[in-house]
Amino acid sequence: MRDTSSKSSDEQRVKKLNCEQLGVKEEDVKDEASFVEDLGADSLDTVELVMALEEEFETEIPDEEAEKITTVKEAIDYIDHHQ
Amino acid sequence: MTGRRVAVTGLGLVSPLGNTVADAWSSAVAGKSGIAPIGTFDITGFAVTIAGQVRDFDAELYMERKEARRCDEFIQYGIAAGVQAIADAGLPRHPKDAQRYGIAVGSGIGGINNIEKTRSTLEKSGPRRVSPFFVPGSVINMIGGHLSIMYGYQGPNVAIVTACTTGTHNIGVAARMIQHGDADVMIVGGAEFGTSPTSVAGFANMKALSTRNEAPEAASRPWDKDRDGFVLGDGAGVLVLEEYERAERRGAPIYAEFLGFGMSADAFHITSPREDGAGGIACMENAIADAGLQPDDVDYINAHGTSTPLGDVAETKMIKHVFGKDAQVAVSSTKSMTGHLLGAAGSVEAIFTVLALRDQICPPTINLDCPGEGCDLDYVPHRARSEHLRVGLSNSFGFGGTNGTVIFGAV
Repeated sequence: MRDTSSKSSDEQRVKKLNCEQLGVKEEDVKDEASFVEDLGADSLDTVELVMALEEEFETEIPDEEAEKITTVKEAIDYIDHHQ
Repeated sequence: MTGRRVAVTGLGLVSPLGNTVADAWSSAVAGKSGIAPIGTFDITGFAVTIAGQVRDFDAELYMERKEARRCDEFIQYGIAAGVQAIADAGLPRHPKDAQRYGIAVGSGIGGINNIEKTRSTLEKSGPRRVSPFFVPGSVINMIGGHLSIMYGYQGPNVAIVTACTTGTHNIGVAARMIQHGDADVMIVGGAEFGTSPTSVAGFANMKALSTRNEAPEAASRPWDKDRDGFVLGDGAGVLVLEEYERAERRGAPIYAEFLGFGMSADAFHITSPREDGAGGIACMENAIADAGLQPDDVDYINAHGTSTPLGDVAETKMIKHVFGKDAQVAVSSTKSMTGHLLGAAGSVEAIFTVLALRDQICPPTINLDCPGEGCDLDYVPHRARSEHLRVGLSNSFGFGGTNGTVIFGAV
């Protein structure tokens, strides 16, 4: 497992990506926020968001895993467990 | 003329001469050139290194950053010109009679820059990295798609694609839709970002472009004896066409009346003009007949005038055939200043024609120092000229031998 400081920096990076990709304000990107329900994403947005996560964290997220990432927290957790 | 009358009630421009109608028109009347070294990619090894590119364009004035990032530049320019034109005409968002509002905005090439960039991504990073917005960020009808979503306009939504005649055909066909009763308001025009690396190389290798790289502002010189090809330009021109009585009823600003439209095909060669000019002649004659006018009624022609050795002579011959050997009509090419905006050329030039009628002034043909052989019309060289203008005509001739002419009348 990674230390807490890099974990919190990963969290910041995921949230920043959300802001950039979805064009939303930082304060709206809360842990429990759903991409579709709360952050106005459509189906294409979510595909692009997952690609941006893959790029940012140099990882590959299989489609069946990607489908389960629907909130900010789920994205952070996925990165946290697969780094 | 058939059916209902059509007014021009709004204008929008993004161009090498400025990113608003006011800026671009004042530059055109002042005879300024918008041609400069290409600034968007490394031009090392390119035979042509100049173009009329759009400068200081801020897409976020017209759309969200998120949307802008996902659209090719031609879409951004088209949306920007559309938003300007709609605001200029004072049209509402989500009107009650939304099905009476339509859109016809095309492009000659479409999202070639986005296609090139995405191809590089595919090669470098593989298919998993190709954006889900690649397709909607590249295809030609997306300007109409975006504008319809932004404003809720549910009427006809088309994008005619006819190379350099695109803008003109979209205007003319959309005007017919209003005349015919399919719609009461049409947002019309064209947009282009044709200065991508592959596109510049392709046009250059056709030997279609000027190679006067050392003197960009003098490179586009229609009818001049030293002309050596056209200069690519980027941008968008969008007009609002509106059923005339409706425009009057709501007290809209009316720039001009749309009077006539003509089309034809050369049926000759993919890129060269027909030597006898039959295509362009038919096209102008059809438009004049559609307007219910005689050739003598036309006071100003905004010519296709691309600055190519063959095309400029051919158009001169066509004009003489239609208007007489000693034609007195003023003819100018604003491409001398903007370069050739391909699919946006027709609509940008229609806007200049409409503004010429409003301000009673012919914009000039700059760089016309010494007319070449076979070029002996009144081309309004160097300086704009005040004239009494009642009727203005604008020509477009595209690759594939597709021609269009629109005619406007002063109000």
